[in-house]
Amino acid sequence: MIIQQLSVFLENRSGRLTEVTAALGDEGINISALCIAETSDFGILRMVVSDAGKAQEVLRGRGFSLSVTQVICLSVSNQPGAVNQALRILSKANISVEYMYAFAVGATAFVMIRTNDIEQSIAVMLENNLTLIPASGLSDC
Amino acid sequence: MIWNPSCECLSRDELCARQGQELRQLVERVYHDVAFYRGKMQALGLVPEDIRSIEDLSKLPFTTKDDLRDTYPFGLFAVPMDQIVRLHASSGTTGRATVVGYTRKDIQIWSEVVARALAGAMTTSKDMVQVAYGYGLFTGGLGLHYGVEKIGAAVIPISGGNTKRQIQLMRDFGTTVLACTPSYALYLAETLSEMGIARDELRLRVGIFGAEPWTEGMRREIEERLAITALDIYGLSEVIGPGVSCECMERKGLHIQEDHFVPEVIDPTNLSVSEPGRVGELVFTTVTKEGLPLIRYRTRDLTQLDHSPCACGRTSARMQKCLARSDDMLIIRGVNVFPSQIESVLLEIAGVAPHYLLVVEREHNLDIMTLMVEVDEHVFSDKVGQLEAWTKKVHHALESTLGISINVKLVEPKTIERSEGKAKRVLDKRKL
Repeated sequence: MIIQQLSVFLENRSGRLTEVTAALGDEGINISALCIAETSDFGILRMVVSDAGKAQEVLRGRGFSLSVTQVICLSVSNQPGAVNQALRILSKANISVEYMYAFAVGATAFVMIRTNDIEQSIAVMLENNLTLIPASGLSDC
Repeated sequence: MIWNPSCECLSRDELCARQGQELRQLVERVYHDVAFYRGKMQALGLVPEDIRSIEDLSKLPFTTKDDLRDTYPFGLFAVPMDQIVRLHASSGTTGRATVVGYTRKDIQIWSEVVARALAGAMTTSKDMVQVAYGYGLFTGGLGLHYGVEKIGAAVIPISGGNTKRQIQLMRDFGTTVLACTPSYALYLAETLSEMGIARDELRLRVGIFGAEPWTEGMRREIEERLAITALDIYGLSEVIGPGVSCECMERKGLHIQEDHFVPEVIDPTNLSVSEPGRVGELVFTTVTKEGLPLIRYRTRDLTQLDHSPCACGRTSARMQKCLARSDDMLIIRGVNVFPSQIESVLLEIAGVAPHYLLVVEREHNLDIMTLMVEVDEHVFSDKVGQLEAWTKKVHHALESTLGISINVKLVEPKTIERSEGKAKRVLDKRKL
């Protein structure tokens, strides 16, 4: 259930983001999830890709600074209260959320979460019958 | 290993006597053969007979870089041009380059002093020395080259650049001694890991680094990443080139080849000579050179001297590693700032020195400094908060060290220009 997410440091200059997406596209690597955390000076591009190892090699080769973080992907029904329920479960187990990014289409919402204790998060969520999507579930390749 | 004990292990008295003798001959020669020096001495009411011993050195006038520039190209040469066998010129970032000339004997002196430096690094004829200093008008490449041949080691005259090839040859030939700038050494180390070549595929033992100032922190980083002993070599083309002084394996100061280059340390504000142990501007008198002998040449490098004998057995005076120049200093909002201070702060905080560039601008009559720091994998974090905290930490440390507020800007790796020669750390955009 642990998903390897890549984080890439980007300066706030035009063209940086497209250089990353072009590099990955050229190598046949697919992006399943993406978000950018920005400050006025720089951004951190977070992505889940179809081949994390290859993506690291490609991006490092292009001179990007990156790191790998473990995250989980929660799936809930696209309804009021669904995410709230999941967050309460984590909170009761004293797990803190570092960040999340989410999107809903149709009946389902997908939520990428980084917490301070990924192993514990997985255990607690599964105990409470929440649905986690494994890395293989995200990719179509 | 001491190359020439009869010159490197003299007592101070023997040394002073020898220097005095050479100085008398030098003054006699330049008074008659170099119009510039005759004019300067006459202006002070001095004749060669007034210089009887080395203690009389302080009676003589100083020589500066401007004097060399003003007599461009060959105005200070003391011999006819048919005796000059080599010319070199230094980079000269402002205005004209500084031209230096050598007779056959000068080249021999140069090879000798570099051989002494290499011997201090335990180099023997069994070694393979990769000279990655630039070959050409710059004195670095050829300077080391002739010293290596004098020792009898094998020289690889690879010069700078073509880094991947440098590493391939380093591995295939079995280089044991590396000679290049310290920033290039770090660049080689980076490229080594990018190429996926393991350190134990190389046979490097020691490095002789110079041509730019480098901190103890940088030395530690080079020694760790390349698993070698890193020694500091010092020189300037005007005095002869690399080899004016060099560290021995003790790494407690650089031994000056005093029988050829008489050092003094002066207070740059009033030009008085300082005693050993006080920091001041380094001055050299080249008592044995023929082509371009210089009297009390002001290097603008700040250092202090130590006359005590070294554990290695040499008695030659040692100079402290040069970290600052009396003219590299920037004045920002009235505060004296040395780029080396910034490097020390980064080393403290990041553990390693990331690549940085200090940009100085002036807006509405106020000096603004921005420190661009590359985010390499030591610095990067997935969490915005951590990157921001790191930036704040650097800002705070710089403020307490320097007394001024510097904007810290994180930039991507490889954004800051790499140099195969001296690393450019400051970009001063002010038009003062």
